[in-house]
Amino acid sequence: MQAVAPPTAPEGARTDPILALDGVTKIFPGVKALSDVALRLYPGQVTALVGENGAGKSTVVKILTGIYQPDGGQILLDGQPVSFATAQDAASAGVTAIHQETVLFDDLSVAENIYLGHAPRTRLGLIDTRAMIAKAAKILASIGAHMDPTVRLRDLGIANKHLVAIARALSVDARIVIMDEPTAALSHKEIQELYDLVEKLKAQGKAILFISHKFDEIFRIADRYTVFRDGQFIGDGLITDVTESDLVKMMVGRAVDQIFPDRQRLGGTEILRVVGYDHPTEFADINFTLHRGEILGFYGLVGAGRSELMQALFGITRPSKGVVRIDDKVRVIRSPAEAVAQGIVYVPEDRGKQGAITSLPIFQNITLPSLRRTSRNGFLRLAEEFRLARDYTSRLDLRAASLDTELGTLSGGNQQKVVIAKWLATRPKVIILDEPTKGIDIGSKAAVHEFMAELAAQGLAVIMVSSEIPEILGMSDRVVVMREGRIVDILDHDNLTPETLVRRAAGIEDGADQ
Amino acid sequence: MIRRAIASREMILLGAIVLLLGVIYTRFPGFVAPNNLIRVFNDTSPLILLAIGQMIVILTRCIDLSVAANLALTGMVVAMLNAAMPDLPIIAIVILAMGLGALLGMVNGVLVWKLQIPPIVVTLGTMTIFRGLIFVLSEGRWVNSHQMSAAFKAFPRSTVLGLPMLSWFAILAVILFTVIMSRTTLGRAVYAVGGNPHAATYTGLDVGRTQFWAFTISGALAGLTGYLWVSRYAVAYVDIAGGFELDVVAACVIGGISIAGGVGTVAGALLGALFLGVIKNALPVVNVSPFWQMAISGAAIIIAVAFNARANRTRGRIILKRAEHAT
Repeated sequence: MQAVAPPTAPEGARTDPILALDGVTKIFPGVKALSDVALRLYPGQVTALVGENGAGKSTVVKILTGIYQPDGGQILLDGQPVSFATAQDAASAGVTAIHQETVLFDDLSVAENIYLGHAPRTRLGLIDTRAMIAKAAKILASIGAHMDPTVRLRDLGIANKHLVAIARALSVDARIVIMDEPTAALSHKEIQELYDLVEKLKAQGKAILFISHKFDEIFRIADRYTVFRDGQFIGDGLITDVTESDLVKMMVGRAVDQIFPDRQRLGGTEILRVVGYDHPTEFADINFTLHRGEILGFYGLVGAGRSELMQALFGITRPSKGVVRIDDKVRVIRSPAEAVAQGIVYVPEDRGKQGAITSLPIFQNITLPSLRRTSRNGFLRLAEEFRLARDYTSRLDLRAASLDTELGTLSGGNQQKVVIAKWLATRPKVIILDEPTKGIDIGSKAAVHEFMAELAAQGLAVIMVSSEIPEILGMSDRVVVMREGRIVDILDHDNLTPETLVRRAAGIEDGADQ
Repeated sequence: MIRRAIASREMILLGAIVLLLGVIYTRFPGFVAPNNLIRVFNDTSPLILLAIGQMIVILTRCIDLSVAANLALTGMVVAMLNAAMPDLPIIAIVILAMGLGALLGMVNGVLVWKLQIPPIVVTLGTMTIFRGLIFVLSEGRWVNSHQMSAAFKAFPRSTVLGLPMLSWFAILAVILFTVIMSRTTLGRAVYAVGGNPHAATYTGLDVGRTQFWAFTISGALAGLTGYLWVSRYAVAYVDIAGGFELDVVAACVIGGISIAGGVGTVAGALLGALFLGVIKNALPVVNVSPFWQMAISGAAIIIAVAFNARANRTRGRIILKRAEHAT
């Protein structure tokens, strides 16, 4: 067992890192997810990886666990360059990850979950069930989890499932444990137990990468921090050397390369008012208004309930309580079709899954929600359809060889334009854009921003759900900040700073450390 | 570009059919005589009718295994009706058969739509139920030729412009559904729902309702085929068209209709059915053993699926190439 010796020198003078990323770059079509980043994990220490949504944290996790291959740079294990070509490689090098949504098997027993893939064998090569259960019980006891290893996983609560995941991580003799938002689904008491467990792992000399949005827990259990922003390494060091404010500043910075369109605020009349909106599990007590010509930003951490709220407004899910007023009339929206009829449209976040029908040509994607207008007695009028599609694609500056090409052949940015064009063609009053520029290239981003400004100028009310601070700051007239399913603040553009946004969304008290 | 690839996929299938006919010609020239080709087409017409219905169901990401049982049940009902009321006009029988078939299809549709039971389970269940119902209705007895009225038996054989009525029904269905699938809002909804059900929901389309109509159409076509089948062979019993649903699905798969939904055309279903029809009719005359007939049909299915899978993979590569240029 290794002693926990908090090093005094910031850059690993005393101990050498077990695992390090050196100049790692990862490129996806249209986006540079990681650019020349560094990360060092020390034995017996917890390193917190901090960054906004989209900073590249989950990409790093996937590179460390062998799911993605870096396009540049190297991974060093005990100072030696290694490559994790598969998840198996990473696991045998001692890297293990406990994910936000734990990847376990509900219908297998606890012991089987812990030893799946590396179960102890009998001489005949069969699984030695008795040894497996005994070993599983021992590991579970070592982390203070008192449960029967023969019980089915389905019958456990979420906290106990986490413990099983951790036990599984320990069973493969992991040296590096990655915890990706491990406390997201836990109660207060369970979080305390998790902290104790992290201490135990530290005492065993494991290097822990701890990913969290919650500052209190970062300062509670981390020894070191590393900050990423927009896929770039910003800084690292000992947690005792920084304050919350320092970290927030490093996280948000200022993106200098993005220019947002100049906008005149219109101050139009109210079009939408949401009063006392409640959902049994996703959000509660939602009140806000939206005006013509306004861009209303919705900011929050992933899982703050923003998309869930929008889906309820669009009639995909039903709220348990609350009223929507459109143009001061109470409206009940029970299905997406009714929402469209009321002039509310929703451009979903997950374009591939929820927005684009890639097997249909561009023009058919665009006219799909407007077929009532482009058809007569159930018969399509193709000329009408092409006219509508041409009209809206040219407004969005979409370049495609032909409107008859299948949507799947276009780039992500162009697909996004088609999805937006499809909704604009319904002539809506309110358009909800959920992460409108996520995963598209800079050029297309600028075009989408410009177009949003144009829509607002024409009197359309825009709700923009975004996790990108520059986008929220650059585009919104007002910003609704949500945390854990509730609205914590509605901020006017004039007194917005990146720091306030992050503090509100993360629930940091004002002036706590200034 | 993809559109052209699909078109060319149908052209390739057409080429394969022509090639097949060419090979058969070298062994048995009489097979490709116009009269015989008309006979083959007529013989394949029930398969064509059912394949079109099945295609629509598959496009919506479902499957209808109950078509053959639906055909048999409807066939039995109209045959018994004819035996009891020989004076019922044929037009009434045709409408009745389609109506009853549609009703049976609606049962599938409602179970899939409202109870969200997987289509393969629903139609496997109704397939057995329909067959059971035939037994209950007929008490296991056959309705034989002498119990049927002359008009009832003559209708599918009566020729118009040199083609039997049965063939005309297939031709009419091909034309009608080509128009429906490419020119109506229902057809568009079918493609959208199968192409991406999530996106279709967000667009305001009712996925379940669209699937319900697909099952209804498939059922109506099965019912119509039920009458045509029973009257053509002049017999109705529990086991007619047993296992025929597999031929129907095979015709769709060979015709390039994606089992994953959203991709496929009426022309594809037609050609897929014809391909199977030519094989089934030609192999016996060129003295290929029944075992080889089944093996060849099976091989054709696997080749077709492999071909479709490869076509989809090239599509992936195209996207990547473009994306690389973009960065």
